[in-house]
Amino acid sequence: MSETMKDKILQGGQPKYHEKNKAQGKLFARERLALLLDDGLQSEDGLYANALAGDLPADGVITGIGKVNGQTVCVLANDSTIKAGSWGKRTVEKMIRIQETAEKLRCPMLYLVDSAGARITDQLEMFPGRRGAGRIFYNQVKMSGRVPQICLLFGPSAAGGAYIPAFCDIVVMVEGNASMYLGSPRMAEMVIGEKVDLETMGGAKMHCSVSGCGDVLAKTEEDAIAYTRKYLSYFPSNYTERSPVEAPKPPATFEKSIADLIPQNQNVPFNMYDLIDRLIDEDSFCEVKKLFAPELITGLGRIDGQPIGIIANQPRVKGGVLFHDSADKAAKFISLCDAFNIPLVFLADVPGFMIGTQVEKVGIIRHGAKMIFAMSEATVPKLTVIVRKAYGAGLYAMAGPAFEPDCCIALSNAQIAVMGPEAAVNAVYANKIAELPEEERTAFINEKRKEYQEEIDIYRLASELIVDDVIEPNELRQALATRLPLYMSKYVTFTDRKHGVNPV
Amino acid sequence: MTMVKASMAGTVWKVLVAEGDKVNAGQDVAILESMKMEIPIAAEEDGVVTKVIANEGDFINVDDDLIELG
Repeated sequence: MSETMKDKILQGGQPKYHEKNKAQGKLFARERLALLLDDGLQSEDGLYANALAGDLPADGVITGIGKVNGQTVCVLANDSTIKAGSWGKRTVEKMIRIQETAEKLRCPMLYLVDSAGARITDQLEMFPGRRGAGRIFYNQVKMSGRVPQICLLFGPSAAGGAYIPAFCDIVVMVEGNASMYLGSPRMAEMVIGEKVDLETMGGAKMHCSVSGCGDVLAKTEEDAIAYTRKYLSYFPSNYTERSPVEAPKPPATFEKSIADLIPQNQNVPFNMYDLIDRLIDEDSFCEVKKLFAPELITGLGRIDGQPIGIIANQPRVKGGVLFHDSADKAAKFISLCDAFNIPLVFLADVPGFMIGTQVEKVGIIRHGAKMIFAMSEATVPKLTVIVRKAYGAGLYAMAGPAFEPDCCIALSNAQIAVMGPEAAVNAVYANKIAELPEEERTAFINEKRKEYQEEIDIYRLASELIVDDVIEPNELRQALATRLPLYMSKYVTFTDRKHGVNPV
Repeated sequence: MTMVKASMAGTVWKVLVAEGDKVNAGQDVAILESMKMEIPIAAEEDGVVTKVIANEGDFINVDDDLIELG
């Protein structure tokens, strides 16, 4: 009798809902877990939740413990074949309990979300109380920075449910199926009169490229799961531990060296990904937020097997200028790496923060402050490289010398200044230039620019101990590989206080 | 019809295509000058240039139309 009941529960919802899922390119929740975990669920609790109701197997959520890359993880997976993965009283209780387990075991918590949200008919039991759905979010906040929390979004995460991804370290969304929204398109039409489709309003592509609520856009569920397994390989189980170190691998080999890549002219773009590929172990890059604010690159990589977090300006996009969104992106990534003891490598080629009315109106100063705040607070090893230029507050945001990097290394053509030579000569001599006869202006400007170049010459800055070393571009990988292990014993507390007042 | 738009505020430095030109996704169609940097603007999809909207020297704001593709 009990065996039959169990078999039935393991099959999830009615066949028609499985077929519907299949037609959408969705896997059954148990298949997702089988792909994600090394050897499937090793323990599952609450399988019989709401078993006597008959049509609510496991009450629409699977919770348990398994392994990823040999590391213990706790998982919860909404089952969209059961009332669209909606939450009742026992669903919520199971979700809360597996979170509590992850916290006790100090292991990563993975949320496989595919849910229409609350069962409104059950609201009194699952919405407002001490162990109502609010508790899931409270737990997430409490666990944040203690254990990695990852959201794989395979379907909707609606209304309150949309806060599960919001509180995770990272959100992987499947294109076409995943969505996040507070009010559905139908509700938007009823309440505010807006006519919009789901994909435009809260689809995966929009969230991963425009809102920044999603971090990784995956083509298929299999891709989303593969990414998650890779991502987890850079992380320790919890904040008290260190990331597993893999066997060292040299970078991939390329025809062009780093020196060949970087244009002499500061104003000409180059592709920062090409530089990253030459610095890190082959195939070790795992990018976070690739499509969002691409003028700044954030991602995990390895140098001689040691995981690092890379924050790099991308001159190929928007000149590598920092914007409100790029600052936001950096702030979260820095805080993620710092929480889990992953050293940070800053690759600076930055003309500064964007200026103009449009960015002032969106509060670029307060967003920039978030980045500088997170970077200042980070106590993991911080290695700063001035690749080409670091102007203005761009120097500060990219962990310049005043922000306690463990080293600030400059490549031999690098420039550090309040602003570039063109802008500086114009700022200082604007009146003088205007007074000069036209035929003398160019010569004057060129002479002043030359003087300025000499003033900010990188060896002058090294002589003043502003940068710690000047190296040739092709020596950079070796320099980082040599220094990184030296800094791994760093153990500092930023300061003594309850907490800072974050400029959010 | 799609528009290639400015990724950020700045001045149009160079327009790299003319009406009737075929362009491929990822191909640079204009270069802006902003924050003293050259900012290449690429077409997001394949198409034929049906209209060049921006003139060299114009100030343009983020999301302003630069090139129309048919």
